[in-house]
Amino acid sequence: MWTGLVFLGVIIGSIAFHFWTPWWWTDIASNWSKMDDTIILSFWIGGGVFILVALFMVYCIFRYKYKEGRKVEYKPEDKKLEFHLTWLTTLGVVALLAPGLLVWNDYIKVPDNAQHVEVMAWQWGWKYRLPGEDGKLGTSSNKIISDANPFGINLDDPNGKDDIIIESEELHLAKDRPVKILLRSIDVLHNYYVPQFRAKMDAVPGIVSFYWFEPNKNGEYEVLCAEYCGVGHYAMRGSVIVEDEEDYKKWLAEHETFSSFIAKQKSNPINNKQLAKINNLLNDK
Amino acid sequence: MSDDLNIKKSSKIKTKSSSVSGGGTDIDYVRPAELPEQDLYHGHSFITKWIFCQDAKVIGIQYTLTAVFTGVVGLILSWMMRMQLGFPELFPFLTAESYYQFVTMHGMIMVVYLLTALFLGGFGNYLIPLMVGARDMVFPYVNMLSYWMFFVAVVVLMASFFVPGGPTGSGWTLYPPQAILEGTPGSEYGILLMLISLSLFVIGFTMGGLNYVITILQARTRGMTLMRMPLTIWGIFTATVLALLAFPALLVSSIMMTLDKVLGTSFFMPTIIKAGELLSYDGGSPILFQHLFWFFGHPEVYIVALPAFGIVSDLISVHSRKNIFGYRMMVWAIVIIGALSFFVWAHHMYVSGMTPWFGFFFATTTLIIAVPTALKVYNWILTLWRGNIRLNTVMLFCLGFILTFVNGGITGIFLGNVVVDVPLSDTYFVIAHFHMVMGIAPLMVIFGAIYHWFPLITGRFLDEKLGKWHFWTTFLGAYSIYFPMHYLGFIGVPRRYFEMYDSPYVTSAVGMNEFISIAAFIVGAAQFIFFFNVVKSLRLGKRAEKNPWKANSLEWLTPSMPPEHGNFGEKLPVVHRWAYDYNVPGAKKDYITQTTPPSEVLGAEVEKT
Repeated sequence: MWTGLVFLGVIIGSIAFHFWTPWWWTDIASNWSKMDDTIILSFWIGGGVFILVALFMVYCIFRYKYKEGRKVEYKPEDKKLEFHLTWLTTLGVVALLAPGLLVWNDYIKVPDNAQHVEVMAWQWGWKYRLPGEDGKLGTSSNKIISDANPFGINLDDPNGKDDIIIESEELHLAKDRPVKILLRSIDVLHNYYVPQFRAKMDAVPGIVSFYWFEPNKNGEYEVLCAEYCGVGHYAMRGSVIVEDEEDYKKWLAEHETFSSFIAKQKSNPINNKQLAKINNLLNDK
Repeated sequence: MSDDLNIKKSSKIKTKSSSVSGGGTDIDYVRPAELPEQDLYHGHSFITKWIFCQDAKVIGIQYTLTAVFTGVVGLILSWMMRMQLGFPELFPFLTAESYYQFVTMHGMIMVVYLLTALFLGGFGNYLIPLMVGARDMVFPYVNMLSYWMFFVAVVVLMASFFVPGGPTGSGWTLYPPQAILEGTPGSEYGILLMLISLSLFVIGFTMGGLNYVITILQARTRGMTLMRMPLTIWGIFTATVLALLAFPALLVSSIMMTLDKVLGTSFFMPTIIKAGELLSYDGGSPILFQHLFWFFGHPEVYIVALPAFGIVSDLISVHSRKNIFGYRMMVWAIVIIGALSFFVWAHHMYVSGMTPWFGFFFATTTLIIAVPTALKVYNWILTLWRGNIRLNTVMLFCLGFILTFVNGGITGIFLGNVVVDVPLSDTYFVIAHFHMVMGIAPLMVIFGAIYHWFPLITGRFLDEKLGKWHFWTTFLGAYSIYFPMHYLGFIGVPRRYFEMYDSPYVTSAVGMNEFISIAAFIVGAAQFIFFFNVVKSLRLGKRAEKNPWKANSLEWLTPSMPPEHGNFGEKLPVVHRWAYDYNVPGAKKDYITQTTPPSEVLGAEVEKT
């Protein structure tokens, strides 16, 4: 008796937890509300199946508890029932998959007017490169990265000269403008993830991966590295500030282009930065 | 309806059944043996009987004990991790380095050295010969080597705790480049020992795996057709075939990464700049490793799940006193799931940077797997329906399995649906999902199976009262660890974070983390109830008569219990039916064993199998 009751309690508890949980996703700040919708749909269909199966199980525990001499059904197969269950399940799966694939199709098709932002990941931090007035990023290669050329920009490529270099972990974005994040890494895998934007993708050394979103709410957001990248993984944070177009332009104007960066190249920013980061990690312990 | 079903079914099966072809009028006819029996090598000394032993049953127990030992290590590591996550900075020795080492070793131990070794090496060895009616595995000597190779693999793995730099802290997925670069703990010796240990494991497993497959295909007793085998055997068989095909991918990736580390090749290593220096690597692909790893890694999930599916089907049937519902569908579902599991691996890589077009293909194949899997779930609960359910510890674990498996399976559909995976991948939602579906659910089956087969192995029952305590603390505790944990993933808490600092939206989760940690300590401690139960029952447990559960399958029908070397005494059993004839109308008892000839149960209206 109480066995069934405890199982019933687990089912009811799960449902209650789901509806009254104080832990839920962060307020969305990008265009990907369709991802949230797909999750909600999955909850209704998947949760429904879970509840039905679990309740049926509990019913059986109550109804068919062992009794000496109880009459038990002997029916090895039931073609009709099995057939109906098969197509019903298939229908449920299609109902989940089809909308999911449609949203995925949006996710991998970047709008033409997207602002390109190169995110360069390293152990353990972020820096950014934005196209200059020509709207194009210069070609680049990790092989020619040096203190003088921290993004490995191809010096012969005219598109690269006006690229804007941001050696800071803070990125600004204009509200309501799609952004294509181009991910690079100089060492290991990383992942540029802002929970409020929902989107993410790994940065892989040797290739340029991408994803896009459209921030639609002003504010400051924390960037988390979402692919394990060694002992400093948990400390690899950054920030994104979404602001109105004018503020964004102001911020952009404060940063120098690649050509002016080369011109005044003297110090050794990468090493200093890494040393600082390593010191921070050691101090934390 | 069941009448026409009868006719259709029997006419279909008849041609396949060995018991009816060419038998003339003798209803008990079974095709005679074509070869005389060969004798086995019998151990004579303590060493040949208990250490370098060729008896599959002893090897199975050796596998089980070794795997459980690694499992206890994995459990203790998980306590350390939960200590850090729930109560950070309480223990000064819990540094970020050691945390990542614990995470890595916990994951690898639990997936490979505990679950795989226990299901295939442990249950496989003990049960295959007994359940198919063979005297032993077909290659007993190779079988012995298999265990000892596994043993060496475990020794090498454990040795990595004691080398300079400690074990690898690269995460159980061992993703390069970080796995073999400075900046990851244990990137010098730890990772090498891990790769060597895995290679040894694969070699050892291959020797055992060939044994399991060939024994099942070649050494079944007379009358034991494939479609009469207990589902336990079908699960273990299919899982072993998967493992034989999947483990080579792990082996080659381990070898290639070892070469990258030791000889400086660049299979997985692109151009890399560390501390401002250009390393000598060039042109390799980190994503190639991920493809190889998950080509092994996803079937690995089913290598654990399929034996669990099979075993739980048998346990539910025996303890509901009812035939498993839809046996043939269950068999085909196992085979189809196994085959499909080779076409879904990149669903672990939706946000890995591989071409996003793969998303469409892998999301589709992944969700297709949900169909046969769901059918298996329906069949389990339909087996309970109109049964006569013994609510003993074994059944409780089965019920716990159904709940946790359905729960974890459904969150799997979330993550398989590519676009839902984007926000949730690499968060605690994933941790909660896979612990529910391939941690807790298979563990429920393992415990159920141990409570079920303990009388066969030792001649004594495990204590029911302790068993129920063990079940309820484990099930309720584990459920309250992993069910709320999904919601951490919704908040966006990333996995493999040593510390959260004060991210605005995760400080709200502090209370939940403390709760989860406390539950984890309790669930871990509850396992010691089980160990106590085993030790106590070995000496003082209630003695079990033969076939104490009134089951039908061959392992319970040996002349002595526990079975001796050679299993079946003078004569091998002859099989006349499937293993699920419970409560057949017209039969005197509520079960008809597989060896019962039709002439002994003339009145029973059995369906032809």
